[in-house]
Amino acid sequence: MTDQKTIKIYLYTRFERLWHWFQAAVVITLIITGLEIHGTYSFLGFKTAVRIHNYIGLTWLTLFAFFVFWLFTTGEWRQYIPTTKRLFSVVRYYAWDIFQGKPHPVQKSTHAKHNPLQRLAYLGISAMLLPVQMVTGLLYYLYNDLQGFFALSVLAGIHTLIALFLLNFLIIHLYMITTGHSVLGHVAGMVTGWEEVTDTTAIEDWETKAVRKN
Amino acid sequence: MKKRIVFSCKMAATAIAAFLCFLSPAFAATPENSDDAPGRRLARQAVKGSKQWTTTDHKKMEALNKDFTSGEEITRACISCHSEAATQFHKTIHWTWLASEDKTDLRYGKAGFSVNNFCISGNAMEDKSCLSCHPGWDKKGVQGEVNCLKCHNSSGFNFEEALTDVKSFLKDEDPEAHEMAKDLQQDIKKAVTQVTFPDRKSCGDCHFTGGGGDGVKHGDLDTSLTKPNRMLDVHMGTDGKNFTCTRCHTTTEHNIAGRIYTNPAVESRKSLIEDDLAPKITCESCHSAMPHKNDSKMNDHTDVVSCQACHIPSFARVNPTMMMWDWSKTGKMKDGKPYTEDGEFGKPVYKTIKGEFKWEKNVIPEYYRFNGSLTSTTADDVIDPGQIVKVSQPVGDKSDPQTRIFPFKIHRGKQPYDKVHNKLLAPILSGSKGFWTTLDMNDAIERGNKTLGLPYSGQFDYVETTYAMPITHMVAPKENALACTECHIRETSRLAGITDLYMPGRDRFRLVDTIGWVSVLGAFVAVLLHGLGRFFMRNGKED
Ligand code: HEM
Repeated sequence: MTDQKTIKIYLYTRFERLWHWFQAAVVITLIITGLEIHGTYSFLGFKTAVRIHNYIGLTWLTLFAFFVFWLFTTGEWRQYIPTTKRLFSVVRYYAWDIFQGKPHPVQKSTHAKHNPLQRLAYLGISAMLLPVQMVTGLLYYLYNDLQGFFALSVLAGIHTLIALFLLNFLIIHLYMITTGHSVLGHVAGMVTGWEEVTDTTAIEDWETKAVRKN
Repeated sequence: MKKRIVFSCKMAATAIAAFLCFLSPAFAATPENSDDAPGRRLARQAVKGSKQWTTTDHKKMEALNKDFTSGEEITRACISCHSEAATQFHKTIHWTWLASEDKTDLRYGKAGFSVNNFCISGNAMEDKSCLSCHPGWDKKGVQGEVNCLKCHNSSGFNFEEALTDVKSFLKDEDPEAHEMAKDLQQDIKKAVTQVTFPDRKSCGDCHFTGGGGDGVKHGDLDTSLTKPNRMLDVHMGTDGKNFTCTRCHTTTEHNIAGRIYTNPAVESRKSLIEDDLAPKITCESCHSAMPHKNDSKMNDHTDVVSCQACHIPSFARVNPTMMMWDWSKTGKMKDGKPYTEDGEFGKPVYKTIKGEFKWEKNVIPEYYRFNGSLTSTTADDVIDPGQIVKVSQPVGDKSDPQTRIFPFKIHRGKQPYDKVHNKLLAPILSGSKGFWTTLDMNDAIERGNKTLGLPYSGQFDYVETTYAMPITHMVAPKENALACTECHIRETSRLAGITDLYMPGRDRFRLVDTIGWVSVLGAFVAVLLHGLGRFFMRNGKED
């Protein structure tokens, strides 16, 4: 590690950082208020929790549409294309090599911001959990106007399960950011946009598919 | 670098705030305490500037300028102008005590086969003590003449007593007695002319003391409503809207709007905007079906939950109400004599002639689905004595659009039933042969059932019963309406008994919660171990 030199690259654009922190705040707020609505604890008061949950949920839902628009117009969606290549070595890294102080097998670059394991996780979250959570949330919100359409209990069951899965993700995510070059390295990256990466081999061709070649 | 961070944060905060304001006008636009709930606005409008007025001064009416010697004479004087009043009134349940329009149908009504678990039966008007609440003269029941003053007089004068005295004084030879009769008749004349529309006391004289005493029967109707404050009842409160009963219990041809045994008060809930001549008996009549502020979650409740369920947090808030009456305990003596024992609230907990009672104050209602109709077990219906008999029970079904979750007082009782016929029995209570005099239940039943023309096998026992009464008065000011967590809470939900719907905060699926929390805990443990691993291996660094 010591013999490798680190460089700083501009990894996250202002929009991406803004979206990231906005979404972080939103999801955390929704989990806190959601679990109160679920009856797990009382904190803000049921009425307040419901009100905040609904406002934040709907706001996020609307903005998410813009996010999806951005994702597709910029081609950034390619960052999430799942790959099994080097997936195993990333898994092995976190399961084993990290304890030995070995370097991360996949380097970040502007064209490949996420490693294969992240891709899979974020794709699962963004493409599966969040949309389902938003849809069930919206249906829950509109339940009174769409009566007879579906059972509230089923909706609530799915919504609660995913809420807890997202809490699960949050815990792992918060932990994973401590695995950067320094404990707060990744945090700084997401705040400033500049991330410290090890200057190793050139980015391989398969990782840069996000760039149009013609 | 630092500048950048600060700038980013500022940007983010501004953007989020802007989006929130943009998307949620209610966040920014609704000042606290602004009173823009449409339901209140509508109702205020509906009762605005409606002072009652009249073209008649009864003091100037020649027909009333008389020395009356009997109640019937007074009534005839009324009818001399109000020619149809008695005819109309004779057709109403207030007069006949029978629910059906067909007055030969004895099934429901206290002059028919209906029973409750208080004083049990009206014994076809044969139990004369019941008739103190019949609006005729001198407890003559439907045989007598209508006593208009019972509901239309504000003097508080005891006409029946005075007229009895007048009669006996006039019979007397003594001229002094005649003088006294004349004086009394002057008083009567003065009192008679104080004609009014019924006020709370007029209705309350009977309806506040149903079951034989203040607050015995209803729980949401007792003498505290004669002059309530708005904390007790926003509509009737003298410092509130000061409504009389008839403000909502509107009347056509002396038929007064309200539920009659199994018949709901209205066929369907309508606001005055939909039908301005509909009775004003439902909350929706004046407040509409969407009474809360436009963005309020509460409006999403109104198709399932009645207004009363949240806006009457508890009943019997000033005077206590009877919650249990056990007839099987009657007959105990103290020193060989009947006795009364008072308990909490200064209310009797035991009476030799009536049995054992329980009273409560600030009672939290029980909640049932209710479409406005009650099933009623009469003295002519077969019961299952192995179970608690529901003498009166709300009818309602989740799929019925008229049904709402509604608050009830459930009065529990133990009362006699026929062991052979399996029917509730109707003992006669007052009078020289009544149970209260003889303390002989078997004989009282024999006589009581005879008044109804219902057979009695000669063998009785006591059976537990419940009697449900809808709670709809004593509407509290809005700040005292129930908080969400009175129902949306895991263990102590007021709606614990209503299990056919999913309620956030109350309900959950054990499997979902278990899987979810195990995964959360799993993540936590994994992260902890991984972190400890890294810490102790020092990320493989050798120093
Ligand atoms: C990170 C995303 C979210 C999380 C973690 C989350 C969590 C929760 C949880 C745990 C509940 C309680 C479920 C129950 O016990 O029945 C809940 C209720 C609810 N959620 Fe979400 N939720 C999220 C997103 C959304 C979104 C996007 C909406 C859309 C508006 C939404 C709308 C609702 C509604 C309407 C309720 C029921 C509240 C009520 O009683 O009115 N949620 N949420």
